[in-house]
This record gives sequence, C-alpha cells and structure tokens, in this order.
Amino acid sequence: MKHIKTIQKPGIKNTKNSGCGECQSSCQSACKTSCTVANQTCKQEEK
Amino acid sequence: MIHSFKFLDNYILTDVESGSIHLVDAATFQVINSPLPYSLGYDKAIVDEILSELSQLKEAGQYESEPVAVSLDYDVEKQPIKSLCLHVAHDCNLRCKYCFADTGEFEGARMLMSEGTAKQAIDFLIANSKNRKNLELDFFGGEPLMKFDVVKKTVEYGREQAKAHDKLINFTITTNGINLNTETADYINDNMFNVVISLDGRREVHDFMRPTANNKPSYDLIIEKAKRLISTRKGEYYIRGTFTAKNLDFASDVLALYNAGFKHISIEPVVLGENEPFALTNEHLPRIYDEYERLSNMIIANKLSGGDLNFFHFSVDFSHGPCLKRRIKGCGAGFEYVAVAPNGDVYPCHQFVGNEDFIMGNVGQGTKVNKEMQKEFMKCNVLTKQKCLDCFAKYFCSGGCAANAQKYNGSIYIPHEMTCELLKKRTECAMGIFAKTLNKGE
Repeated sequence: MKHIKTIQKPGIKNTKNSGCGECQSSCQSACKTSCTVANQTCKQEEK
Repeated sequence: MIHSFKFLDNYILTDVESGSIHLVDAATFQVINSPLPYSLGYDKAIVDEILSELSQLKEAGQYESEPVAVSLDYDVEKQPIKSLCLHVAHDCNLRCKYCFADTGEFEGARMLMSEGTAKQAIDFLIANSKNRKNLELDFFGGEPLMKFDVVKKTVEYGREQAKAHDKLINFTITTNGINLNTETADYINDNMFNVVISLDGRREVHDFMRPTANNKPSYDLIIEKAKRLISTRKGEYYIRGTFTAKNLDFASDVLALYNAGFKHISIEPVVLGENEPFALTNEHLPRIYDEYERLSNMIIANKLSGGDLNFFHFSVDFSHGPCLKRRIKGCGAGFEYVAVAPNGDVYPCHQFVGNEDFIMGNVGQGTKVNKEMQKEFMKCNVLTKQKCLDCFAKYFCSGGCAANAQKYNGSIYIPHEMTCELLKKRTECAMGIFAKTLNKGE
C-alpha cells in the first residue's frame, strides 16, 4: 500500500478459551486509582 | 468504529474492534475525516487510491470492523472472587495532602487489623475463589508495614491454605516506604510478587504533599531505603506517585525517579472532588495533555537511545494484551476483586472502603457476600455503560474506575468524564510511542 502502513495487526482476541479469568487484577499492579486493563498479560499466553 | 489522530509528526489510525493500528499519510488522514473526500483538493486518482486501500483493510478486518458478539455470563453463583485488597492498617505515618483514604482513616477511626481477621479474609478469598487457581492478595492501608507482624502471619497462613486447596496466592504490597528496613525489605523481596512504593518524584514535590505525621519532610526517610530494596529485587515493582494541580509538570517527576535509579514508574492523576485543594479540573486538561506529550517524547528518546524507562500507563502490549472478555469486564471491582477493612467489612474495592452503602459482607461473619451487589458490579461493563459504547479507548480502559464514577456521578454506570479524557490521551500516547519506537528498543 502507498498511503497506509499497518504497524499492528488485530490484537484484540476473542478465542474459544478467552475469559478464563486467571490474569492479574489490574488494580493490584501499579495504579490503585485509575483503571488500566490493557497492560495486563494473558495467563494462557504465558504458558 | 475507527479513531484517527495526529501524534508528533505521525498520523495514526486505529480500528477499535480489532485493535489494528496503522500509520497513514496526511492525505489519507484527511480523507478518513472528511464527509466529502473528493472536495479536499487532491487528484481524483489519489483519493480513489486511498479509498481502495481502506477498502482492502476493511476486507482484511482491520478497518471499520464490526463488534464481535460476546456472550457474558451474569450468573453470580458461578462468579469467583479471586483478588483481595487487605487493609491491614487504617493508620498511616504520613499525612499526604491528597489522600483519598483520609490520611489512613477512610472516614472512620484509625484502626489496625487483627491476625484473626486477616486469616478470616484468607478463608473468605479461598472459599469464594471457586475454580480459579491464581489468586491475589495486596497488603494495603493506610500503611501496611505498620502491621508487619500481621502481614507475615497472613502470608504464612495464606500459603498453608493455598497449598491445602490447590491454589496459588500472589502476594503484593503497597507501601509508603517509611518503615522499610533490612528486615521488611528483605521480607518483601522474598515473599511479594509485586511491590508498589509511593514516591511522588522530585524531592520538593514529594515533601510538600507527603509530610510525616509530625509535619516533617519524608523524601529523605524513604529514598535510600527504596533504592536498596530495588537493588536486590528480582520480582516486579513500581514506584508510584500522584500528580495534582500543583505539579502539572509531572513528566519532571517521572524523570527524577528514573534518574534516581528506578525503571518502573507510575504517576497517577489525583482523585479529588472539584472544589478540594490540588484537585484536577477540566481547565487543567490542555496542560495535562501537553505534559503527557512531553513525557511521551522523553520516553521515545529514552527507548531510542537504548534506555529502559517503563511508564505504567504507556506500557501497553498491543499484540499480546488481555482477551476481549477481560477488556469488556474491566478491573473486576465488586465481583472478582474486593477489599477488606480492618474490622472485616468487605467492600467492592479499596476506593469504596468507608462508604457503608457498599458493604458487601464481613469476613468475621463467614464467607458470604452480598450477591445482589456483586451481580450489579458484574453487569457494569463496557457493553452496559452508555458512554463507553462509542469510545475508541473502551478496550484499553475497560470502562474506567467504578469508584470514581460513584464518587463524581453518583452511579457506577456513569464514568467520570475527566478520567475518561485522561485515559483517552494516554491511549493515544501509548500508540504514538509504539509507532515511533517500532523495532527499536524493547
């Protein structure tokens, strides 16, 4: 493409096993006052 | 839904539902944002070319994607509680001027948690965790190291119970650092999965906002202890500060912390009512946006020169983040994450503690929890909050903070507008930094 360069392909996943709930609660990680979920990692991908 | 914006000299286009991110040229940026692209002054052939490329992206599911149908189970009987914030001390040895916890009291009396209540909280967590294997417990306050003995006993009991029930509890602690010494620091490094140490950045900013209980500066009481803890630490850590109307140049605080030797830094906007001293208001927004951009430039320069500065809110892995369901459900407050006060009362999260309308149970009275309230929090998500539906950042903030929504708007369903605006700006900055540092540094 001449006008558009894709730098990130679709990164929001809705796979069969998604929603397992094993990932870390975001508020426990660093903020404690504002909600930022997108910087949590997926426990299934860690395996 | 799409969102496009200019960040430094880049035009960035993101497809909200798929999470795709594209760099586009100026002509494409204009075409995307114009109802009459052929009237922009470009040759027809150029506009045709751009529209053709956008059409290809759409076919590939990376432009104007439709929302994926997600079915969420609101059966509260199946909902585990997996994460607990344990307020071992409603007392503090600092008197921070912006403290949402009322300098440790949480709108109640100063109070310390007993070992018995802490153990009951472990029982409560395990009993309500259902089939979840990975559980979390954060020692919080007030200042949790004021009850270090209870912290140690809780970890010991938690490990025993976790083993007996085939669970894994990750312990974390949020401390102001005053009571760090060789014993407490080594204990934290040996036992805590994550430690959050509160430091506001520059000495003068920190000392003004975070005096001791007898109104003395606290920076020098903490900084070397924090450095020592980090120097021997193998697990995660964050140095967490707060910015207020008094330090809108907070990028300088991030830099001060980095220059002091800390890599993992989070500086958060203060949560205060509009009329309170040091509160952030809508009038501050343009200045805060500029400051987030200044911080972004600092981080880009750092990364490009091989540095390792990690700012929490800009540290987003766009390819390996959480799944869609997690992004929709948010932080889990009130349904999978709860807080326990020193007297054993259970609240939806640490920010609700002290608001008696939100007591969900008491660990001293068994493991029962108010299911109706839990269900209300379960149902409160990106798909049910009207304001979130057409927000480009919805899968990054996941609906925002329920406590802020309640505090400012009287409903967990109505996000606090200024918090939304800050989150949107931070999301743009994270994408902008990603674009600028692609294949460089980390």
